[in-house]
Amino acid sequence: MTQTNHIGKAPNRVDGPLKVAGAAHYSGEFNVPNLAYGYVVSSPITKGKILKVYADEVRALPGVLEVFSHENVPYLAWFDKSYKDQIAPGGSPFRPLHAPDITFNQQPVALVVADTFELARYAAALLRIDYEQQAHETNLETKRTEGYAPGKGKTGFQPPPPPRGKPDKALENATHSIEAEYAHGAQHHNPMELFATTVEWRGNGQITAYDKTQGVYNVQNYLMGVFGLGKNDVRVVNQFMGGGFGSGLRPQYSVFMAVLAALELKRSVRVTLTRQQMFSIGHRPNTLQLLKMGTNPDGTLAALQHHALHETSQFEDYTENVVNWSGMLYKCENVKLGYELAKLDIYSPQDMRAPGAASGNVGLEVAMDEMAYAAGLDPLEFRLRNYAERDQNVDKPFSSKKLRECYRQAAAKFGWENRTQAPRSMRANGKLVGMGMGGGVWDASQQKSAAKALISADGKLTVRSATGENGTGTYTIMTQIAAETLGLPLKAVTFELGDTDQPEAPIQGGSWTAASVGTAVKNACDALGEKILKLAQKPADSPLMGAKYEEVEFVNGQLRLRLDHAQAVVLRDVLQASGKSQLEADSSAMPNMVKQNGYSLHSHNVAFAEVEVDEDLGTIKVTRVVSAVAAGRILNQKTARSQVLGSVVWGLGMALMEETVMDHKFGRYMNHNFAEYHIPVNADIPHIDVIFVHEDDDIVNPLGVKGIGEVGMLGVTAAIANAVFHATGKRVRDLPIMLDKLL
Amino acid sequence: MYPFTYSRATNVADAVRDKAGHKASAYVGGGTNLIDLMKMNVEQPAHLVNVAKLPLSKIEDLPDGGLRLGATATNSDTAWNEAVKKRYPLLNQAILAGASPQLRNAATNGGNLMQRTRCYYFYDVATPCNKREPGSGCSAIGGYNRIHAILGASETCIATHPSDMCVALAALAPTVRVSGPNGERTIAFEDFHRLPADQPEFDNTLAEGELITSLDLPEKGFAKHFAYLKLRDRHSYAFALVSVAVGLEMDGDTITDARLALGGVAHKPWRDKAAEALLKGQPATAETFGRVAAHVVANAVGQGSNDFKIELARRAIVRALKQAAEGKQEAGDMYLGGQ
Ligand SMILES: Cc1cc2nc3c(=O)[nH]c(=O)nc-3n(C[C@H](O)[C@H](O)[C@H](O)COP(=O)(O)OP(=O)(O)OC[C@H]3O[C@@H](n4cnc5c(N)ncnc54)[C@H](O)[C@@H]3O)c2cc1C
Ligand code: SF4
Repeated sequence: MTQTNHIGKAPNRVDGPLKVAGAAHYSGEFNVPNLAYGYVVSSPITKGKILKVYADEVRALPGVLEVFSHENVPYLAWFDKSYKDQIAPGGSPFRPLHAPDITFNQQPVALVVADTFELARYAAALLRIDYEQQAHETNLETKRTEGYAPGKGKTGFQPPPPPRGKPDKALENATHSIEAEYAHGAQHHNPMELFATTVEWRGNGQITAYDKTQGVYNVQNYLMGVFGLGKNDVRVVNQFMGGGFGSGLRPQYSVFMAVLAALELKRSVRVTLTRQQMFSIGHRPNTLQLLKMGTNPDGTLAALQHHALHETSQFEDYTENVVNWSGMLYKCENVKLGYELAKLDIYSPQDMRAPGAASGNVGLEVAMDEMAYAAGLDPLEFRLRNYAERDQNVDKPFSSKKLRECYRQAAAKFGWENRTQAPRSMRANGKLVGMGMGGGVWDASQQKSAAKALISADGKLTVRSATGENGTGTYTIMTQIAAETLGLPLKAVTFELGDTDQPEAPIQGGSWTAASVGTAVKNACDALGEKILKLAQKPADSPLMGAKYEEVEFVNGQLRLRLDHAQAVVLRDVLQASGKSQLEADSSAMPNMVKQNGYSLHSHNVAFAEVEVDEDLGTIKVTRVVSAVAAGRILNQKTARSQVLGSVVWGLGMALMEETVMDHKFGRYMNHNFAEYHIPVNADIPHIDVIFVHEDDDIVNPLGVKGIGEVGMLGVTAAIANAVFHATGKRVRDLPIMLDKLL
Repeated sequence: MYPFTYSRATNVADAVRDKAGHKASAYVGGGTNLIDLMKMNVEQPAHLVNVAKLPLSKIEDLPDGGLRLGATATNSDTAWNEAVKKRYPLLNQAILAGASPQLRNAATNGGNLMQRTRCYYFYDVATPCNKREPGSGCSAIGGYNRIHAILGASETCIATHPSDMCVALAALAPTVRVSGPNGERTIAFEDFHRLPADQPEFDNTLAEGELITSLDLPEKGFAKHFAYLKLRDRHSYAFALVSVAVGLEMDGDTITDARLALGGVAHKPWRDKAAEALLKGQPATAETFGRVAAHVVANAVGQGSNDFKIELARRAIVRALKQAAEGKQEAGDMYLGGQ
């Protein structure tokens, strides 16, 4: 038995004790000496110009250090390029405090810096600003006919593939067909932790920015571009994050503000946004979708058409992949996909958990349910008849795809066979009961990443990579990978992340961290392992003499021949005999394009949900959810399960309550707080079963992992919406399904 | 947040004097509402008198068979008080349907009566609001008004009183005892909160400087036949879209006495005495309940996003009356996640 076999087990979070003891520090908690506090002033208008900022009135208050606005901001970078971050969409990024123009409501227009937070906030409330207001438009409904197809936008955006087959003709000739429009409003990420940046002034124009971000390198590059800083002038650190969900992928204006003030005042500065301001930093866009489907007599799909329109700002073409998934989740020869944007006077939307897919999936999976009913088929049976063995968008096989097995296991666990097809046919506890399902597909991608591994003479391993931990379990799974690679117990390994002094890693998003950074960590540990093997082979009587790296393994603190376990050396003895205090190795990892080229790389899932609906009052209670995920190999059963549980909660929120409501008269989000932007609470969450269906896949990456942060959210929203239909016979096509829609 | 001074009062007379001695001053209880409003610059008191430690936290029997709820007793201590649970389970349920355990542990009974509306515009100083700034206009009219009033609103304000506790109180009809610069007086609960009319800046009839000292419940508690039904956008920790408090007395299947109040529908907890009269002497049937419910919402007016509340209120009244007549609810139900 080995004790150093960690991958696939369920160890606790290695950073758990730090968190519960309050020893894990978040960006707004670094109490560096001589700290000043900045408070952001937000525009009350949506479009227009600032005429005057009465900054002097506020500067006169004792303790107020400075008021920054476009009137006094020093020379900053001029070209758009300098403001572009790694995942900036097409267009011109927003430049805070750059010009008097107001282009969206709650636009940051000034920063008041004072000796205390309370004083900064007070002074900010006193700051008078004259505006000239212009007419604005924030309502997507007014832009239905003004959509345009964006060009190639940000990293990862794929314009929809060209139509295949004869989608119009096939629809016309279909035995059964449906056509329906689906909509959801804007949603905000609402992580518990507010965006905050503490900038430590190190002297000589050098700073360390403790910033809430999902990508320290992305922020460092941005700051270098905008403020003309050198790489050594600015270090960016983020070791813990109180939730990101995509809101921290791009540098936010809080970091701009804090760095600006620190450089100008030559002093350490902290800027923390308010909960209200958290509604001015990007969101899942308000989206309208049109779905058309038709079936053949045998219940196979004859045609599928999916068109989406969503909002973006006036200055950027924010893009996400909304409709492409519909061309690959089911087998269909005649497909037409369309994707358009419309410009409004709002801030740019931003990636939010399963961006694009979460939206498009609701359209597709509710339409599939409608189609199943129109064709007189059980919704699961209908999906099985249309199972896609190949990704028809690119005409390639999947590297692995165990969705069928997900269907089978989840349906069995859920008891789908007890469901009666007719709407309103099931009742319990005086309520209508509904059962629904939905499935999804998400990218399994890998990005270039680097890592460094160091081992000390006493066998303690440290591995570093500048990735992030936003609660997903990065510290834990990287520790597991490193420990297993070098045959060490978990407690002999420390994984460090979130610092631009460490080797570069990509922003932590897209569910690619496990695959990307995990592979880099494994490679760095293997590189270190090769060095250790060389040392072990130095003594003339080494039992490992002549062995290649592939022929040895690290297990239980030993290095031994794979085929003859008796030929072993103790790792610590090797290190101590070498006389070196420390060994280190760097490595990076890239996707193996040659190997991957012939395949489509994706994770899949399915969710089954049961609801009880009080018919008179319209109240909905989700009573059970079963979610099955096929995402390659699961590194940590516990943190992976937590990711899926969180995803189900997100899916439920999207289905039943989440919506940021805009008052178009003001162009302002009005429920911009936790009391009125409803996210699910414990009482809303039912029992959730999570099933992982293992996939062996050495094509995606050497670890065989696909990532699970996002795929688990898919299907859930549609499953609940479909269950509500099954319970009530009412098809609600605009989310969230609040009780008034069922009255 | 504007700078302010702060003092902690230890007896009622000092508290009243301290407040009267400072311009733009305010009492603060648990602070769960006032402090939020101060942070958002909605309220800017220059002086706070903390009343949470006044000796007003007792819950004690009154000689007339009623129960006195001290103004500074917390919502939690009130809900879980044995006498409240046994004699006024409707109040127990209503309190437990509100906010979260943490908030209820801090919130005081006086503060609960005095809490301000949750109107989105009232909280956001970037928008006009007559309640916050008289004469500036009402943004909710013609705006987003999902949580706004359908009864008793005016052209200047369509806000609702957000409390759950107060809906049960409206049905139980206590007297509010207050102490002020001009001495003590009592206010009937139904006269405590007011409708907006053309002065939405006033939520209630408390005079300047007056401090709530207790709520005196009459003996009648409707402990056998009662219901508190709260409908909201999530299962906990959300304000009521519509809530209904019912207390009945029954003789067999006949209703001999009735109380009916609604929350989330008006500028004040909405007790409907005419509806109560319609219930008296009637059999507890679906037909009776339907007739009464229709009466309550007969003059209701929707504002757009809250149009649904008229029908929702009607149905909720029917359901709550039925539940009360069945008499199956018990104190603490709400705590266990009941709807
Ligand atoms: C997120 C959130 C959700 C909530 N959800 C609900 C809900 O679902 N249902 C519900 O009913 N409530 C809810 N509440 C409101 C909560 O019940 C109130 O905030 C609380 O009851 C106020 O009591 P307090 O003692 O904290 O008042 P404070 O905030 O201290 O004071 C509020 C007002 O009362 C005045 N005041 C306080 N004591 C006295 C007194 N003795 N005499 C005269 N004036 C006084 C103060 O001057 C102030 O104007 C929620 C609150 C929050 C923040
Ligand atoms: S409803 Fe009342 S509180 Fe709300 S905006 Fe109008 S006046 Fe203000």
